[in-house]
Amino acid sequence: MEVLELARWQFGITTVYHFILVPLTIGLSTLVAIMQTMWFKTGNEKWLRLTKFYGKLLLINFALGVATGIVQEFQFGMNWSEYSRYVGDVFGAPLAMEALIAFFLESTFLGLWIFGWDRLPKAVHLATIWMLALGSTLSAFFIIAANSWMQHPVGAVFDPETGRAEMTDIVAVLTNTTALVAYPHVIATAFLVAGTFVCGIGVFWMVKKARANTDDADLPMYRTAARFGAWVMIISGVGIIITGDEQAKLMFQQQPIKMAAAEALCETEQPAAFSLLSIGHLGATDCSDVKTVLAIPGMLGFLATGDWNAEVKGLKPLQQEYAERYGATTPDGEIIHYQPNLAITYWSFRLMIGLAVFSALLALAVLWTTRKKQYSDKRWLSTLALVSLPMPFLAASFGWIFTEMGRQPFVVAPNPTGSDEIFLLTQFGVSTAVSAGMVLGSMITFTLVYATLGVFWYRLMHRYAVEGAPLVQPPPDPDDLEATRPLSFAY
Amino acid sequence: MELTLVWFVLLAVLWTGYLVLEGFDFGVAMLMPFAGRNNKERRVALNTIGPVWDGNEVWLLTAGGATFAAFPEWYATMFSGFYIPLLLILVALIVRAVAIEYRGKINSEVWRSRWDRAIIISAWIPSILWGVAFANLVRGVNLDADHQYSGTFWDLLNPFALLGGVVTLLLFLSHGAIFLALKTDGIVRERAEKLAKQFGLYAIVAAGTWAVWGQLAYSRNTWTWGAVGVAAISLIATWYLSSTKRFGLAFIANAVAIAAAVVFIFGALYPYVMPAINDPANSLTLKNASSTNYTLTVMTWVAVIFTPIVIAYQAWSYWVFRKRLHVDHIPEHNELTFTKA
Repeated sequence: MEVLELARWQFGITTVYHFILVPLTIGLSTLVAIMQTMWFKTGNEKWLRLTKFYGKLLLINFALGVATGIVQEFQFGMNWSEYSRYVGDVFGAPLAMEALIAFFLESTFLGLWIFGWDRLPKAVHLATIWMLALGSTLSAFFIIAANSWMQHPVGAVFDPETGRAEMTDIVAVLTNTTALVAYPHVIATAFLVAGTFVCGIGVFWMVKKARANTDDADLPMYRTAARFGAWVMIISGVGIIITGDEQAKLMFQQQPIKMAAAEALCETEQPAAFSLLSIGHLGATDCSDVKTVLAIPGMLGFLATGDWNAEVKGLKPLQQEYAERYGATTPDGEIIHYQPNLAITYWSFRLMIGLAVFSALLALAVLWTTRKKQYSDKRWLSTLALVSLPMPFLAASFGWIFTEMGRQPFVVAPNPTGSDEIFLLTQFGVSTAVSAGMVLGSMITFTLVYATLGVFWYRLMHRYAVEGAPLVQPPPDPDDLEATRPLSFAY
Repeated sequence: MELTLVWFVLLAVLWTGYLVLEGFDFGVAMLMPFAGRNNKERRVALNTIGPVWDGNEVWLLTAGGATFAAFPEWYATMFSGFYIPLLLILVALIVRAVAIEYRGKINSEVWRSRWDRAIIISAWIPSILWGVAFANLVRGVNLDADHQYSGTFWDLLNPFALLGGVVTLLLFLSHGAIFLALKTDGIVRERAEKLAKQFGLYAIVAAGTWAVWGQLAYSRNTWTWGAVGVAAISLIATWYLSSTKRFGLAFIANAVAIAAAVVFIFGALYPYVMPAINDPANSLTLKNASSTNYTLTVMTWVAVIFTPIVIAYQAWSYWVFRKRLHVDHIPEHNELTFTKA
């Protein structure tokens, strides 16, 4: 394989891996902050125990998320140096802001939160988890603003002298319409992931306890966790649908070829049908090979514009349009295929939506079976909870795979209403100073290291989840001098 | 002052923040087996950096992000050119972050000692490699006319760079020992005090040799003799203050020495950011590597507003955890009811 393929695989592997951890960190840090706030307000011990229980799981997840995040920032320079030269003047700014404004906040306050139990005043300690949650939520904004510029470049001009994109308007970059719809979509997803996580584990425990002893003292606590998570799932689910719909409409305007590929729509249609099932040769470069066997008439047009009778452009006319506007061949005379990989875009888009349905089922089942102060001891509920647990993680991954693979063959996709000079094909973004052997070595290294650490991550998450919520330690004896009493937490 | 120069100076500030703070993190981790002979003593050492190491590491991410934003050409050439050292540093930083967090999560001696080994090794690697990388910047590397790195990995392992690696290693060991002497009590403190004195002496020899060599052979400015002088004086002061057990002052002196080393490195480079030794015309300079004036202006505002805020809350976190740690402060692993993952 060439440097280009290897560098793409490495980026895909490290980024998908990183983003399995990130949404849980973002969502769960806020949910734990809410649990601790409930304890602070009500003094009810169940909230304290839940805070400690889910807080521990948050920390196990956070460590690996932060560790794998460092790679992301270095990788642009290491494997994608020509991309970095082209976009640095624009793209570097949100990245630097992310570190300075968000990463410092989350990392510093994480330390204060972990080690601050019984040492900081209660209200101050509560504030530290909120700062941690704020930091992780803010970090997503900056990285999405950066990513959105690659999907839809704004606030910049092309400088022929330096051969790169140069920023003219930071406000435009940070208020890119693409970012403004993608950010709430990603945050809502993070809450769906975390809500499913809290609910799923809560349900597992509620059912287990209820089956053993219907008077178990821990039952109300786990029921609370299950219902809390379920409500988070309902609210975030509604948010995902609304923002996802907005995003799809915007994408039909900003990256029509990505959406045409997501629908395997070969020719322009009016009214355009939404494909439920299309089959064809995987990796087909000619969309004529793909047959749609099941479709909802007019629905695609409705999704794109809100009008059932709308026209949606197909891949073939779009290829023509792109070729006229951005060139039919590369400077080396190679023909440019503007159509992204059909099978991947088509299926990742459907899996993103389809897998999220598990969360909806779980949320409704939990709210129904635990209504009116009931506990559920139904084994099917427990099974549904455990099956649903990984689903939003996968759905989120497929969402990113869709949006990034759908951007190909561009690394910076052109903005149809912006400068026709600002775009970069992925093949011209890769580093030229590195050899295929080096990238292969680094890809294998990261894959092995990530796989090994992933095993430990899973074992610890599993171990602490099946251990259940810890009993709280009695608060330290006030007569004990602070100077001599043991720390409430130490590595 | 030109904005490119402002950002060159700001990057020096960010790197100073990183090396001063993560320097003692690495030092403490490397010295963990020497300062602590059993689990509790090792935990005393590790927990001195426990609440702060993660925040310290963000200085690196900020320096990296700021290089990308302010000098994209420098970022692109350096990161793709120093590929293998950076890869090793990255792997070390990943393993380290996970190891510190996971070490105490299972109550088993085998589990802990394995993660301890990971914590220790993953501190040695970057401690050496950062010095190698910076020394290569000062020395200059092979760049082609497109500003691409055209040397090999082995070119980076020249004698000047390897000595640079020894310098950062010893500076961090000494820094870590002083930090432990300041933040612990009891047997760990006694051992740390001895280690601080030893490493302080080695650091003077290694750093002194390296800086004079660098100044004579590679520095593009004579004024950097000033930085060499300040570094030398502060290292001698560090050693003297450690010997007389005034570790608060010793810590400040060693931090000044690290800052002077960064000033020397950046000063020796100026007006280049990445000098080419094969053909000076291929060099990356503050001018040809930088972002536009607009981007630099935006970033200057961001830095001016947020850096003081960051420093304020980080300083507060150090204040919160200012107490010395003793083995009596370390709780048993009693919250862990399980001994297997």
